[in-house]
Amino acid sequence: MKPQQNILPDDDGSRRIIMLSLGAFVMFFLLLSRLWYLQVIDSDNLLDQSESNRLRFVPVAAPRGAILDRNGKVLVSNTPSFSVSVIPQDVKNKELLIDDLARYLNLNRKEIEEKWTKGQGRAKYYPLVVASGISRDQMEFLEENRLALPGVNIEMKPVRAYSNGQLGAHLLGYLAEINEEELGSERYKEYNAGDYTGKSGIEKSWESFLHGTDGGRQIEVDARGRFLRTVEDSGSSVGNTVMLTIDLEMQKVAERALGERAGAAVAMDVNTGEILAFASSPDFDPALFTGRMPPEKWKEYLEDPRHPLENKALKGMYPPGSTFKIVTALAGLEAGLIDPHTAIDCPGYYKFGNSTFKCWDKKGHGHVELRKALRESCDVYFYKLAERLGVDRIADCAKRFGLGAPLGIGLDSEKGGVIPSQEWKLKRFGKKWYQGETLSVGIGQGYVLTTPVQLASMIATVANEGIVYQPHLVRRIVDSEGKSLKEFPPQVSRRTGIKPENYRLVKDGLFAVVNEPHGTGGMARLAEVKVAGKTGSSQVVKLRDSKGEVPYQFRDHALFVGFAPYDKPEVAVAVIVEHGEHGGSAAAPIAGRLLRAYFEGKGVIKKPVARPDKQEQEDSADPEAAGDVTE
Amino acid sequence: MFDRRLFTNFDWTLLAVVLLVTAFGVVNIYSASSSYREVGTPYFLKQLYWIVTGLGLCLTVCSLDYHMLEDFAYWLYGAVLLLLVMVLLFGRTSMGATRWIHLGFFSIQPSEPMKIVIIMTFARFFSRYPIFKGLSLKDLVYPLLLLGAPALLIMKQPDLGTAILVSLIAGTMLIFVGVRWSAFATLVAAAVPVLYGGWRFALRDYQKDRIYNFLNPNLDPQGSGYHIIQSKIAVGSGATFGKGFMHGTQSQLRFLPEQHTDFAFSVFAEEWGFAGCLLMLTLYLFLVLWGLAIAKRCNDRFGALLAVGVSAMLFWHIVINMGMVIGLFPVVGVPLPFFSYGGTSMVTSMVGVGILLNISMRRFMF
Repeated sequence: MKPQQNILPDDDGSRRIIMLSLGAFVMFFLLLSRLWYLQVIDSDNLLDQSESNRLRFVPVAAPRGAILDRNGKVLVSNTPSFSVSVIPQDVKNKELLIDDLARYLNLNRKEIEEKWTKGQGRAKYYPLVVASGISRDQMEFLEENRLALPGVNIEMKPVRAYSNGQLGAHLLGYLAEINEEELGSERYKEYNAGDYTGKSGIEKSWESFLHGTDGGRQIEVDARGRFLRTVEDSGSSVGNTVMLTIDLEMQKVAERALGERAGAAVAMDVNTGEILAFASSPDFDPALFTGRMPPEKWKEYLEDPRHPLENKALKGMYPPGSTFKIVTALAGLEAGLIDPHTAIDCPGYYKFGNSTFKCWDKKGHGHVELRKALRESCDVYFYKLAERLGVDRIADCAKRFGLGAPLGIGLDSEKGGVIPSQEWKLKRFGKKWYQGETLSVGIGQGYVLTTPVQLASMIATVANEGIVYQPHLVRRIVDSEGKSLKEFPPQVSRRTGIKPENYRLVKDGLFAVVNEPHGTGGMARLAEVKVAGKTGSSQVVKLRDSKGEVPYQFRDHALFVGFAPYDKPEVAVAVIVEHGEHGGSAAAPIAGRLLRAYFEGKGVIKKPVARPDKQEQEDSADPEAAGDVTE
Repeated sequence: MFDRRLFTNFDWTLLAVVLLVTAFGVVNIYSASSSYREVGTPYFLKQLYWIVTGLGLCLTVCSLDYHMLEDFAYWLYGAVLLLLVMVLLFGRTSMGATRWIHLGFFSIQPSEPMKIVIIMTFARFFSRYPIFKGLSLKDLVYPLLLLGAPALLIMKQPDLGTAILVSLIAGTMLIFVGVRWSAFATLVAAAVPVLYGGWRFALRDYQKDRIYNFLNPNLDPQGSGYHIIQSKIAVGSGATFGKGFMHGTQSQLRFLPEQHTDFAFSVFAEEWGFAGCLLMLTLYLFLVLWGLAIAKRCNDRFGALLAVGVSAMLFWHIVINMGMVIGLFPVVGVPLPFFSYGGTSMVTSMVGVGILLNISMRRFMF
């Protein structure tokens, strides 16, 4: 050991040690201040950040409520749908994974790549859906091979299941992702982008009941965004069940009877206003709207001249044609202008001023009083009556039935139609009413426009002799536990104030239409039940001389309104077949089948074992045409 | 050789504080690594082995009279410098840096012993250097060369953290010895172009990134700024009393990087809060001040310089690591002595403590 030479003066060394200690102390104080700042002053903020680091909110869409028919048969319910998503940050080899997924899911590589690129802006832990609606087999295969596919997630969510395929597509409506415009509106203020919502029909109009309350799960994730556990689960509650007034069997018959033809059929309970069938034809596949609509299918729907996407029962406005003669007749009776014996002579035309108004039967009907006028749908009788009534008295009577305005049956965008009057024309066109126009209105032509559901309501009111029940589609709303939340009992929306004996006179004529020789509606006749009704055909365009085949889009619409049983009415129907030409041959048989279905359901008519269609009457009703106006 | 007085003068306080810190360290590593899918021995157990190894070395170092080191200092310096050169020539590269060298059946990281060796070298140099009025610029030539050679070699590996640490340790010792203001000012003036040059030519991109991100971590919160942000969140969310042992969400869910090594303190801060941090800072400050007190009480200059150097080594490790964890300094890979997981750091720190104990218990012998 060497003796040390202490070169540094002792006091100097001590001074420097103290200096260094002081420096150390200051540095530590600095560290402590910073810790104080982070852990005491800013801790709330940083605690929030650490919470949002680990906690993610995953919305859980509430399963929508089901839609049932009046007997509880399922029309729309839910089914699980599996979708494949990837969490980009967990993916080891993107290219390889896309290859694998394309192969396993039978998808185009490009499609997956596109979806991947679209989701690139989002956080890397956010699952990015690359394929939805995969089959159960595919799902199971992926599930089994999950270890080999890091980053792949399979998610289940409920989607709509249409138990009867396209049945009632217009009525039930479809679902699709909510759009920008809807998101901005008050009605959808609770919704988020990406939510599904009803876009038409019951699904749209009763959305608030069907939708249910979305829940959410607070999940804990690690730094790589992997799910660890559920911290909190605010359960979603399933939407309410909407039970319709629709009878599944009648709906089926209505749609089957319309077939491929464009048109609509509505059946209604005469004594409650409950709508039993609400068909529009042709239909579409509602499931396609929820997923990815194939462009060729979309094009097909848009270009079809029969307009499959339009709900004709609700929004189709047609001239009611001769079915409107019921209203004209009642107006005449009420005004005291006619009685059952008031007769005219029909030579097959009516000269009015410089114009000649033709009767559909050029041979003429000869001596005609009310019953025969209805039975054989004599135009001249109603031209003369309309002339005496004037348009305003006809309009007044029509409005008593609720024609010309939306009925409020429980679906959005219901159309009102048009019941013209002098005032209406002045307002609408700024022009004076011409007397000649009154004649057209008298036979349901000219400006008159009604919807099939309005016609059904009108004939139901005739059947029950003056009570306009509120037509409705929803019977009751039931919550997920089966408790009834809301009932929709029959509601009288108005009374026509027309004398019952006048109704009886008209009904007698309607009975003759279906059940007597020369009646135009014989094809609606049933052997077991007395049916009454009225045919009609409404002009689409004025044809000066119809020679040979008329092109489809220029043919007249065929209509039939009716009810049964004649003595104690229960059910009313309205049928329209677009461009079906003759109400008696195109629309009446459909009405007949619909009425038959009703009574079969009630057990009044035994269901035939083999073919239900065979019993249609072979009676050939005379084809009728709307008055062709020649000036 | 073994004097009874050595035992009676043994600095139990120092050893006790060190053992207390290591104990906290082990407990903390247990929590920090509990979320790891571990293969083989768990980290906290391995850390225990390292503590035992370190203690062995520590006691070995303190059993030999530190004055022997004065004779070996330059030889050790030469040997470690040679190893540093060899690292650059034959070293093993991992993660873009060449820090390790194979020596037969084991590997070492020569930059680590350089921290101790530079202390001994400077102590040796200044213990016999006549100074009257502080070091002049001329007096600084040799010390700066002694420091410059290893510092540049370490920087070249690249290991910026260790290079800076070695420089800070040496710098602190220079300040203790005393530097004239004129010399100090000249050095600072010279440092500006050197730093600029270093930034332009010596720093790697990842090192520059770290500095950018320190200045503004939100530039790339998911990328290179991630460490700083997540660590700050962890520390701050611990609040006053912490989230509780094993309940730190930032650590248990692995939002923290390197959480059992360089960011171990951030795990501790999250789980034990400001109260725990205050305790740890007190213990560390005590260690540093105790080391300086040993230097003050030491009768010979070599011992005093050694003690100052070791205290400086501990001090700078603590300050840089904590400063990094709480976002005061950029991210440099500097472990927290006795606390972070890792054998190298444990051994170096324990040898340092061994030297302190050595000086402390021999203060009455001369």
